[in-house]
Amino acid sequence: MSIVEAKVPVKRNIPAPRAWKTGITPTVTVYLALFALLVVGSILVSMKGGVLLDQGGILNILTRSTVLGLVAVGQTMVIVTGSLDLSVAYLIGLCSLVAAETMDGQESMMAPAVLLALGVAAVVGLVNGLVITVLKANAFIATLGVALILRGYLEDNYTGPAGSVPRAFQHLGFDRMGPVPVASLLMVGIAAAAWWFMRRTRTGYHMYAVGGEIDFARLSGVRTGRTIVIAHILCAVAAGLAGVFLASRLGSGAPYVGTDAGYDLESIAAVVLGGAALAGGRGGVVGTIGGVLILATLDTLFDDLAVDPFFKDVVRGIVLILAVALYARRQLSRRSA
Amino acid sequence: MTTTLPPVVRLEGIHKGFLGNPVLRGVDLDLHAGEVHALMGENGAGKSTLLKVLAGVHKPDSGTITVGARAMSFSAPHEAQAAGIAIIHQEFTLLEHRTVAENVYLGREPVRRGQVDRRKMVADTRDLLDWLGEDGIDPNAPVTRLSVAQRQVVEIVKALSTDATVLAMDEPTAALADHEVELLYDLVARLRERKIAILYVSHRMREVFDLSQRITVLKDGAFVHCAPTEELTSDQLVRYMVGRPLDGLYPDRATESDLGAVRLSLRNAENSRVRDVSLDVRAGEIVGIAGLQGSGRSAIARAVWGVQPFTSGVMEIDGVPQRIRGPRAAVRKGIAFVTEDRKGEGLALHQSVRDNALLVRRAALRGAKARRHTDLAELLKSVTVVSRGQHQEVRYLSGGNQQKVVLAKWLAVAPKVLIVDEPTRGIDVGAKQTVHQLLRELAKNGVAILMISSELPELIGMSDRILVMHEGAVAGELPAGASEEAVMGLATGHGVSE
Repeated sequence: MSIVEAKVPVKRNIPAPRAWKTGITPTVTVYLALFALLVVGSILVSMKGGVLLDQGGILNILTRSTVLGLVAVGQTMVIVTGSLDLSVAYLIGLCSLVAAETMDGQESMMAPAVLLALGVAAVVGLVNGLVITVLKANAFIATLGVALILRGYLEDNYTGPAGSVPRAFQHLGFDRMGPVPVASLLMVGIAAAAWWFMRRTRTGYHMYAVGGEIDFARLSGVRTGRTIVIAHILCAVAAGLAGVFLASRLGSGAPYVGTDAGYDLESIAAVVLGGAALAGGRGGVVGTIGGVLILATLDTLFDDLAVDPFFKDVVRGIVLILAVALYARRQLSRRSA
Repeated sequence: MTTTLPPVVRLEGIHKGFLGNPVLRGVDLDLHAGEVHALMGENGAGKSTLLKVLAGVHKPDSGTITVGARAMSFSAPHEAQAAGIAIIHQEFTLLEHRTVAENVYLGREPVRRGQVDRRKMVADTRDLLDWLGEDGIDPNAPVTRLSVAQRQVVEIVKALSTDATVLAMDEPTAALADHEVELLYDLVARLRERKIAILYVSHRMREVFDLSQRITVLKDGAFVHCAPTEELTSDQLVRYMVGRPLDGLYPDRATESDLGAVRLSLRNAENSRVRDVSLDVRAGEIVGIAGLQGSGRSAIARAVWGVQPFTSGVMEIDGVPQRIRGPRAAVRKGIAFVTEDRKGEGLALHQSVRDNALLVRRAALRGAKARRHTDLAELLKSVTVVSRGQHQEVRYLSGGNQQKVVLAKWLAVAPKVLIVDEPTRGIDVGAKQTVHQLLRELAKNGVAILMISSELPELIGMSDRILVMHEGAVAGELPAGASEEAVMGLATGHGVSE
């Protein structure tokens, strides 16, 4: 039998390009879910004789969304890059203290204090990034370790709130335009900037590449270590901003303001709810904000309905699991298609 | 082909060793514009190392690399890239969730006013695709939506986007289905027309003869032979590669006295992928299943093994009707399945040879006695695994040795029916022969074997009978030693006289 034989050229039958449709992406799903939640919530609240989306309700949802939104936008960057940051909660406390103590009631110190707080955050992010890229520690462990170090520092030096912010600085926390808090607009601005960064700049492209498959990115000449470090710095700065904002609302810095609200796991939950893959490479700011709004709406709804706190957490847990299961299912069906 | 032009790339007297072990010992290689130069040799012959020297990953200990007229010394991949040399790796390196254009320009995205110039990126990608005559691929489509063949095109476009004039392809068909291989042939022809010099590394004889104009053979890191393709025969080539004639490429077939009772029997079995499948496999028999990709040949295997079970019809093992609802049930009934996706489904790559070999036994058998592993050393020896001991992680083994570990894993539970899907994909000639002999020996010991392979010479050489699938149904049965034409006739639907 001859192994060599003339090959009849076969006509190219690459299938015509399927007009590729965006279809129902996780981002669309999350906003549909948000809409459904608002409708169902409004009906439930009105049955109890209240209104979910009155001025107070909207204000409530937006205020709740602001801090979590800032943290979650930062968390989106590290998660898309294939990492994650567990140190944000303590970092929020630390930054609130740095800001409030530096201001110490003086209006003239407002700008330096904010810059100092963000600088401290950036350094913590840099440490996170370097521990992961240079010491090759797993991101979970690396950022948990940094979180423990921050906790140690906070526990050793603070027993409660410290420092004070000048009256002028509290405007950041309480001013609003109509029903919309100024801080929410700030948060949306930061989110928009983050969206642009991730979707339009080379570093943003590289974040998706590194999270998607770090070896492929490296083979293509992406500086993977640098990308991870940048993502961590940006994430920490976002958490730092959240800390500064909380100082403005509280009037002082508080060591456990971040951990009491569980912003570490909460922000990861929001990102995942927004359709990001925890393994990296997929997700985005728009979805994350949707996830944040869902969590904030749930909280507001539970308050309006006076639901018992245990039940509240159960529902939040179920929502999160359902969302992830839904995305996993879609992923599977697409693969077998 | 007589070229008077100087080669685009010339490697001369390349030596390279690792930790005192010489891997390349004075290799010469010329690449000419518009020529496909095949590089052949068994695993461990030094093909990959030579490729990496060319790509700037490894710096040679001695020897010269000349590109055009200039002597070069690459100390990093980007230097080779700058000299116009691009490598297509064996495994795809595309990000599934990014678009074609984003993948092509990954790491080299054009920037305009501080942001990625997406318009230019897409336009340039489209130009490259058009240049190759591949206008069916949308630069904005995410890679997940592309077929495997299209992904290969994107890999090539990615390489060409660096203005490469030399393309080194490492086993480019390893991941392709048979009809996709045809598309690659076409693409290679077009690359030649566009004066790209191609270094083609492959184990598949037929491809090398179909595509190349010149063949270089390496053995144990040394240059053995280089000649124009038309002056070589496949027998000669095998001799050069192995260093000894491989007598009788395939082991002897079963004789009537080797055959026993029917072990696996299907009657009118159906599921969503296949319809009305009836077949018998007797003890001692190797039955081949041929068919194009998507014809249902793998679907039968996956149905028998319970991954996607039959929904109607009868399946019998040793005459007893069975309803297999999952792989675990299948294993317990004595069915073993060597998957075509060795790295993805066949092995736990980060675990040891030992753990992999014992995986099925530990998972599926009940009772400590059944799970004991006193015979492990013997088992590994019987499949001739070469490793640095039982505790070496399997990802460090060659493809051939990995496949032997997969076989050991199944032999550990003494199966009655063995289904092998592409058992020699991506493994070298020597290991291939070992796998063939092992399969035949197993059959002799009473195992019924169902063998699927897209390599027709192998399928025909090994099988005692061949069933040909076409569009989910059995199109016909052919006796041992049927011609490739007969198989292809049935597989493409032409052989059915109606």
